[in-house]
Amino acid sequence: MGISMNEKIILSVENLDITFRTNAGNVHAIRGVNFDLPAGKTLALVGESGSGKSVTMKAVAGLLDDNATINSGKIFYRQADGNVIDLLTLSKKNLRRTINGQQIAMIFQDPMTSLDPTMRIGEQIAETILLHKKISTSDANKRAVELLQLVGLNEPEKRVKNYPHQLSGGQRQRVVIAIALSCEPKILICDEPTTALDVTIQARILDLIQDLQAKMGLSVIFITHDLGVVARVADFVKVMYAGKIIEAGTVDEIFFDPRHPYTWGLLSAMPDLETNDDRLYSIPGSPPNLLHEPKGDAFAARNQFAMKIDEREEPPMFQISETHFAATWLLHPDAPKVEMPAQLRERLARARKAANLQ
Amino acid sequence: MTEPLLKVDNLVQHFKVSRNFTVKAVNGVSFEIYPGETYGLVGESGSGKTTIGRSIIRLYDPTAGEIFFNRDKISGVLNDKVRRMLRKNMQMIFQDPMSSLNPRKKIGDIIGEGLDIHGLYSTRKERNRIIGEMLEKVGLSPAHAERYPHQFSGGQRQRVGIARALVMKPKLIIADECISALDVSIQAQVVNLMKDIQAETGCAYLFIAHDLSMVKYISDRIGVLHLGNLVETGTTQEIFSKPTHQYTKSLLSAVPCSNPVIERNRRRSL
Repeated sequence: MGISMNEKIILSVENLDITFRTNAGNVHAIRGVNFDLPAGKTLALVGESGSGKSVTMKAVAGLLDDNATINSGKIFYRQADGNVIDLLTLSKKNLRRTINGQQIAMIFQDPMTSLDPTMRIGEQIAETILLHKKISTSDANKRAVELLQLVGLNEPEKRVKNYPHQLSGGQRQRVVIAIALSCEPKILICDEPTTALDVTIQARILDLIQDLQAKMGLSVIFITHDLGVVARVADFVKVMYAGKIIEAGTVDEIFFDPRHPYTWGLLSAMPDLETNDDRLYSIPGSPPNLLHEPKGDAFAARNQFAMKIDEREEPPMFQISETHFAATWLLHPDAPKVEMPAQLRERLARARKAANLQ
Repeated sequence: MTEPLLKVDNLVQHFKVSRNFTVKAVNGVSFEIYPGETYGLVGESGSGKTTIGRSIIRLYDPTAGEIFFNRDKISGVLNDKVRRMLRKNMQMIFQDPMSSLNPRKKIGDIIGEGLDIHGLYSTRKERNRIIGEMLEKVGLSPAHAERYPHQFSGGQRQRVGIARALVMKPKLIIADECISALDVSIQAQVVNLMKDIQAETGCAYLFIAHDLSMVKYISDRIGVLHLGNLVETGTTQEIFSKPTHQYTKSLLSAVPCSNPVIERNRRRSL
């Protein structure tokens, strides 16, 4: 129960373990996830599709599908009055009434499908406010206009009468953010909020989320596979693979001193503007199918540095610094010394140099 | 100087939506692609980059302008000979590997369809041999020919899409956002595969994408599109080290770089 001791932690997930029942069998999607979210900070969950990053956050928001079973785990949330509650013990009804929207809000990847195409956007924003607050309809409508102003939509008085199809992708995502913020939540969960958007629009939406975070004192969780976005917004990073966190650290630790071979692969798979090599270093193979429980280290099959022990036993979290952890046998004192790929090493050196010059 | 493989001259593509409204998707775009090179086309969504790709391969009928491919004019009315040449020598890889493969056909038949149409084999055995070799080339196994698309992952399906394009031994492949639907670790695999194939067969790519760092990595020359106009074109080196157009500069400044310290300090010119 780390959370009750440390006042700065607003959300704490402990040993979360989730299985999905499917026609093909049981999928063990989350296999023991732990993390803390300090208040007012930004945490990024990084991983490929199927790594369990969205499922983890859906569990936090109480949005898991019916075929999911939570085998074990606790999700502690610190309320404004200082009381700590375990979200998993609340009934769905209670969760919807007191937590969703008012305390923890979520925005999704595709702004087209998360808005109702048959409702004017003003109504959609006011709907949320009316549901959660004792407030008159006209006041709620006024609030909708204010919120549109807050998220930087021009001519908000006119925009409230628009339907979603009359807006561009970036504008729609702004509306979704306005809805999420309508009841002044403490935690904002962003599930790939910019994946469907262009780079220029993406930059503006990320700016907006950061501005709002500073203005409203939000704690933000970013789910993404784009490390560029992570570098831009995150304070802390958790790298997920096959339902586990395999490396955790501050953003500087992950980008300048990554230790897990999977993180190396992720970093080098995205060329930056200075990459000049003939070939990209790529992770061979594809992510494991969690229908079959992986034996040993789930990443071993794709890991060029895998050792015999990787096939037998799962690596524990090795601590590198106060905030930096990685789950790989390479960090064991008896492990042979392994260097990261030269291509990546040069790039990290370049990045460190560029950072120092600033 | 060698002769260009593809020459696009003042291409205009308008779509008439109603009597008094026309979408002007592409307004007079000209560029050339030389044999064996990769030409990157970048721009935001709505800038017309996909439209240009589809006009060139004649999925649309260009409103005005001329396109020459392999010295033949491929805009306007096509005669049978030119059409066959075009359909054989220019191939396309689509964005979404989930929807671009017919779910009711086996992989082998998807890849072999072009061979069937153009009669590029003499015996059934030869056909299967070509398909098997192609599957091996893109990192799948010949046994996969008997499977259906739903039995594959996204990255594997995109490999099938690439195999389908390559089996015709094309001179030009139009790759329309062919990696943006894939996971990061798989993107690198597919890009490496495309580079290997280019080195081996000498085909040219028209690489359409919005991910500038990937475009920079794969392209020899780049064209920047903005609202249906080509605002800047040059070698990759020129575009990235000395961008001249304001739009190119703002596009470059929006590219996230994987350096948290620089990201924290930077003010965007948007």
